[in-house]
Amino acid sequence: MAVEKIVTRRFDNLKAHELDEYVATGGYEGLRRALSMSPSEVHDEVRTASLLGRGGAGFPAGVKWGFCPPNVWPRYLVVNGDESEPGTYKDRQLLERDPHQVIEGCLITCYAVGLTQCFLYVRGEMAHAQERIAKALNEAYAAGYVGKNILGSDFSVDVVLHWGAGAYIVGEETALIESLEGNRGMPRLKPPFFPAAVGLYGQPTIVNNVETMANIPWIVERGGDAFAAMGAENSKGTRVFAVSGHVNNPGVYEVEFGTTTFRDIIMGDEYAGGMRDGKALKGFVPGGASAPWFFEEHLDLPLEKVAVDQAGSMLGSGAIVVMDEDTDMVKACHNLVRFFARESCGKCTPCREGTTWLERILSRIIAGQGRPSDLSLLMEVSENISPGIAWPPRQTTICPLGPSAVSPIASALERFRNEFEDYITLSDRRVIPVGAA
Amino acid sequence: MSIDATESDAEGVEVAEPEPEPEPGVPFTVNGVEYRAEPGRNLIDACEDVGAYIPRFCYHPRMKPVGMCRMCLVEVDTGRGMGLQPSCMLTVSEGMVVDTESEVTKKAQDGVLELLLINHPLDCPVCDKGGECPLQDQTMSYGPGESRFVEEKRHYEKPIPISDTVYLDRERCILCDRCTRFAKEVAGDPLIHFMDRGNQTQVNTFPDDPFSSYFSGNTVQICPVGALTAKPYRFKARPWDLNEIETTYPNPMGDRVTIQSSRNEVLRYLGVDSDAVNWSWLADRDRFSFEATMHDERLTTPLVRGDGLGNASADGDELVATSWSAALARVVEALEDANNNAGPSSVAVIGGARLTNEAQYAWARLAKGVIGTDNVDAQLADGLPGDVVASLPRTTIADACAPGGTVVLLSGDPKEELGTLYLRLRHACVEDGVKLIELTPNETGLTRYASQSIRVRPGDIGAVAAAITGAEGANLDKAIGAVTVKELEALAAAVSGSDRITVIAGRTSMADHAALTVEAINAFAALDNTAFLPGLRRGNINGAIDMGLSPELLPGRTSLGAAGAWYREHWGQVPGQAGLDTTGILGAAATGRIAVLFLLGADPLTDFPDPELARQALDRADVVIAIDPFINASAAAAADVVLPAAAFGEVDGSHTNLEGRISPIRQKVTPPGTARPDWMIAAELAMRLGKDMGFVSVEEIADEIAAVSPLHAEADAAAIDAAPDGLVMPLTEDPSRPTRFAWSDLGAPDEPASYDSYSYRLVVDRTMYDMGTQTAHCQSIDQLAADGVVRINSHEASRLGIGGGARVRLSSKRASVECNVSVDDRIARGTAAVAHNHPGLDVRSLIEMGDPVTDVRIETV
Repeated sequence: MAVEKIVTRRFDNLKAHELDEYVATGGYEGLRRALSMSPSEVHDEVRTASLLGRGGAGFPAGVKWGFCPPNVWPRYLVVNGDESEPGTYKDRQLLERDPHQVIEGCLITCYAVGLTQCFLYVRGEMAHAQERIAKALNEAYAAGYVGKNILGSDFSVDVVLHWGAGAYIVGEETALIESLEGNRGMPRLKPPFFPAAVGLYGQPTIVNNVETMANIPWIVERGGDAFAAMGAENSKGTRVFAVSGHVNNPGVYEVEFGTTTFRDIIMGDEYAGGMRDGKALKGFVPGGASAPWFFEEHLDLPLEKVAVDQAGSMLGSGAIVVMDEDTDMVKACHNLVRFFARESCGKCTPCREGTTWLERILSRIIAGQGRPSDLSLLMEVSENISPGIAWPPRQTTICPLGPSAVSPIASALERFRNEFEDYITLSDRRVIPVGAA
Repeated sequence: MSIDATESDAEGVEVAEPEPEPEPGVPFTVNGVEYRAEPGRNLIDACEDVGAYIPRFCYHPRMKPVGMCRMCLVEVDTGRGMGLQPSCMLTVSEGMVVDTESEVTKKAQDGVLELLLINHPLDCPVCDKGGECPLQDQTMSYGPGESRFVEEKRHYEKPIPISDTVYLDRERCILCDRCTRFAKEVAGDPLIHFMDRGNQTQVNTFPDDPFSSYFSGNTVQICPVGALTAKPYRFKARPWDLNEIETTYPNPMGDRVTIQSSRNEVLRYLGVDSDAVNWSWLADRDRFSFEATMHDERLTTPLVRGDGLGNASADGDELVATSWSAALARVVEALEDANNNAGPSSVAVIGGARLTNEAQYAWARLAKGVIGTDNVDAQLADGLPGDVVASLPRTTIADACAPGGTVVLLSGDPKEELGTLYLRLRHACVEDGVKLIELTPNETGLTRYASQSIRVRPGDIGAVAAAITGAEGANLDKAIGAVTVKELEALAAAVSGSDRITVIAGRTSMADHAALTVEAINAFAALDNTAFLPGLRRGNINGAIDMGLSPELLPGRTSLGAAGAWYREHWGQVPGQAGLDTTGILGAAATGRIAVLFLLGADPLTDFPDPELARQALDRADVVIAIDPFINASAAAAADVVLPAAAFGEVDGSHTNLEGRISPIRQKVTPPGTARPDWMIAAELAMRLGKDMGFVSVEEIADEIAAVSPLHAEADAAAIDAAPDGLVMPLTEDPSRPTRFAWSDLGAPDEPASYDSYSYRLVVDRTMYDMGTQTAHCQSIDQLAADGVVRINSHEASRLGIGGGARVRLSSKRASVECNVSVDDRIARGTAAVAHNHPGLDVRSLIEMGDPVTDVRIETV
């Protein structure tokens, strides 16, 4: 099961965030190698690697890079470090523990695609990550890895750091671009569907996730084939998952993509180490708060994009939230819906009004004021945000935030309807154990 | 085109015939029927064009779509299967299939409507919008009849003022982004924003930074609910009690408006979306000016001099009420005396820009054809010579603002003086890439959108214009005043690189001589790709000039020399020689050479650059007759007879805007008391003088204008009536009529005025809100005129060692006045600016009329 680690390979080295240590452990070798190649060769390596974007949508990075219209300048790289989904904390770890690796990935990407400037957007609350990446960037500038004539070559690029102001929605790439431009973080309308055509300041822009960037140095150093040799057919390389909830060892784990199963990562001793206090598993969120929930029967699914998609959920942002038998699923559902209601940007009516309405119905149910009609009302309001409540979701909104609030409701109501009914009908509320339904 | 469509909708669809030219547009299908539309046309509009109305709240055709409200979701197939899409965000493409009535579409729209209503307070019975509310209307067609929302609604403090005229009720707001988009995209005053997020999102201003936009009233008009209400209309009426008429607002833009009234009381103006002119927008000063029309101080009866007991007496101190027949008899007596004693040239008419075209024509004919005087001027020495304006080759706003053009600003700040022109120019610069070159003494509201904004000190404009247009004898190798060689070269390159130039020509300051601007106009007129829009600021001043209310001019932009014989034939007589302009008239009156002085809506004491001369003139003229809706300062001080005039909204007629566009003005309410339309007063005076002009209605005057004016051959009453967007002059050139003015070179420009580095060049400019008669009679905006100050930039302030609020003395060679300082970095170095007609400060006495420029010293007091 053990596989070579790519992006977390320096996580055990507590000095890896320092430039000297980073270089001593092979850092910036990928950049040196990239500079010895032509940009299109570097791009080809990434294409060969079939590196899927690690932000949530899982779009192949090499393909996305190819969307930049030729001969339009300037063009930008925007790195999305606005990681704010509940249970997701892999990018924070990457920025804190190995910031140079992210910077190196950015530089190589700029070189390969001919991007003129890189903007690294870091979530506002990640104080430690900001400190580390800022220090690392200063070191890298001083040592000539960033800036003018990098490593004596004629390749120059600047990296700009930008701290977010605390909005989850800015993780949506067009909202992130709005925020970078100094506007309110609200998603842009599509089309254009990709910022690669019209992005930051109206110019072609590649938006990639922090983890995607962290993979690039390794791919360039070791070759796209070596990367593609790892993982499964549709999910190459490794992938970092953040496991949290009722497990013995919550944390960030890098696993071979596509071959490892949910059972491995949740129950395996080398990973999360099984359920806390020997409790039974009641359900888990497989890919961030917006993903439909999985249960016992899904444990043997591989951590692989297509398999998870077909099973009706997604790997999304790589957050696995585990819930044991003691979990009150109505409250769990409410917790997630409340998150989305609070984080709605307020732009589209269905999300702005609908998510809050859902949250208030759930609050009312939990407060013992539920009505029998509330369960159908929850579904009908959900339907107005995400018609058909299907997976992948359809939406009446611009971005997927609204439909994200529907996922936990649909999952919880489908599987644990009795718990909702009990809240509504029983005066002395108690937790219903697994299987009692 | 499908066979089905041809059969089922033979009438609405053009049948494809084998023609050499392809049919315009691309095919797309709406609800099973194929139509054609221009590719790129917004889908929501394209569907409406073919009769499939899609509900909407946030979409507004004059602003960029944002897709926020989601009400316009429809099922669309662009080749990837049917899916819900906001139709305001899509453009028509070939083969697009749209279903605006499917179950899925209906369910989505019903859902959005229910969500919009859950937090909306259903206070329709006390809401001003009730009855004309898009949310209310669409609730009738969409959404469930009953609410399933049992929670408490969102609460905010009920209406909060966001500006002096606009209130915001955030509970009613559905967050459509129309007002905020308007503020940012259209007005360029981004003072209202979304705040907070999610369900707590609200529109608000920043603390202590109100929505003090000159255009704030437009947000009330476009608000799709009753969230934004305007102070002058709040709780005044219910929409179903109003009736309305479409007309033209008498400002130089000729903005199209709707007057709404109830029980003979005007209650509001709404902008009309005229493609040619104002695009539905209005400046607040105009939008709320109906308050003046309805003001208690409107004159309702003629007044003559009398004593404190109300008895008429020629040397009385008071103005006392009298009858029309007595008042007109007094006027006729004065006119006959004047004619008998010193001849017709002892009669003069100042003003007339307030009037309709027809009234202006009647007055021009009364003065020139009946009385026989050419001492007629609608401007008060604050504009440009009438003959210059009449001879300018014109363009239209649309052409000026078309992509690829260049606009040269040689006038006062359009944002202050011509509100909707500012909006059009701003849009042209921001959205259509029109290049704006500003050659102004100070920065304007358009400076931030200008490609070149150069500070030209008053006095230098003629030389600068000559240099950059490559006039003979001019060169670029020497700085002109504050304009450097580098700037001159850049300007010259921009001018020579422009395909199409529109010059907005007006006056930037009352404190310099009009001849300076004329020199600049002269230089630009020599270029063959240049056309003009006059940037004059008085109401229907362009109509007044076209109707001959200017010395030497006759109706139709022609002159005594060119058309004297023609008009003598039609009118019986015309003056033998050119008369005096306002400066000349007041000068003549001050020396006793004017016996009868008509003030046709003019107030020289307030508006003429030399108040002392105006005072002497009014004192020395034998009989002063004011014709006005209000008593103004000049009438109060000196009028012997005051005739109450009907105002805008109370008269029929037509209006001419700066393009020469003639559009109809319609009567909505009756004038107060016995106030009469201005044309009727002229007609009756002619009749009493024994020279009936032969018309008894506005239509007859319009037809007479069409029959005699070289410019208006097809603009008869019926044609004007049939053209809500106006008829642009000249319609035709009738060879049987006199020729129009052509541009004639006025000679080489003078040397720029010298400049003394201890002095400041004085600029007396205008602002949107001043103490003008109309604004002063609008309760909602009369407080908005800021106290008068002298504005200098921070560099000059520190040079003088003073800050904002310091008390200084401004001294010219003629006089000195004390005032407070305001530090304003829009003012150029070496320049001191004072806005005219603001409370507490009048600097006109500093101006020596006739001097090219006015320099002042600034000393601390």
